[in-house]
Amino acid sequence: MSDTHDMDCERALKNLEAFVDRELPESDQERVEQHLRICRECCSRVEFESRLKERLSTLSSGDAPSKMRDRVRELIRRF
Amino acid sequence: MTISKDAFETLVLEILGPLHGVARRLTKNEADAEDLVAESITRAWRGRASLTDTTAFRAWMFRILTNTFISERRKTLARPREEQLVDEASDREAAFSLFERLHQPFLLWFANPEQEFLDKLLREDLDRAVAALPEHYRVVVVLADVEGLKYGEIAEALDLPVGTVRSRLARARSALQRTLWNVARDRGLQTSRAASDHG
Repeated sequence: MSDTHDMDCERALKNLEAFVDRELPESDQERVEQHLRICRECCSRVEFESRLKERLSTLSSGDAPSKMRDRVRELIRRF
Repeated sequence: MTISKDAFETLVLEILGPLHGVARRLTKNEADAEDLVAESITRAWRGRASLTDTTAFRAWMFRILTNTFISERRKTLARPREEQLVDEASDREAAFSLFERLHQPFLLWFANPEQEFLDKLLREDLDRAVAALPEHYRVVVVLADVEGLKYGEIAEALDLPVGTVRSRLARARSALQRTLWNVARDRGLQTSRAASDHG
């Protein structure tokens, strides 16, 4: 962590997960972005957490198996 | 006005992939996952009068799925081991960060051990780490990171305040990263420096 930006780093880290999740209000999102432009350490951390989140999203199975879709259609037809 | 059968079917089929994916990660079993999805859809249809806004259909449906999972398991277990989708007050494990384990600030600009670590992880390493999480953590990680639900939708799905979703997600990710670290150790992927620094 950068010694010269301790307070900024502290605040940025507090908001890091919400930033990566794109859940911060726009003004806070912008404040974190400004900090990332001047702090290599926090920027590396955000890159790492973003890439891990991206890897996890690839575990999504996408479409349900066609057998499941057929079962659901048949189930709803009988409601 | 309650939802028509056609509209209900359309909305269900739109989210069937994620619904089935979450069910599979909760039950860890394909047959049970399909039964859980079918039972949840049946309950959703019966309770369709409680759906006041179809734009909230996804969160509403996930809520029914997680509630169905809990109630179905209650029937099969006399004393559920992990009935904790809503309570982890006893969890006091210290936060764990892979980045902090791996990052080396004084390396040359092109060296990036933490990204190299991620590159070496296989899909089955991630699968294994997610599956190893306790249920109350697994469900938030799957909803947020695997299926991409927003905090508000997860809060609705798990019947929790958004602040609790945020803090639980932070603990769940910390637990996931600790598990990934151990998975990497088992596969001999930890760097020698990181392993000697942190054991």
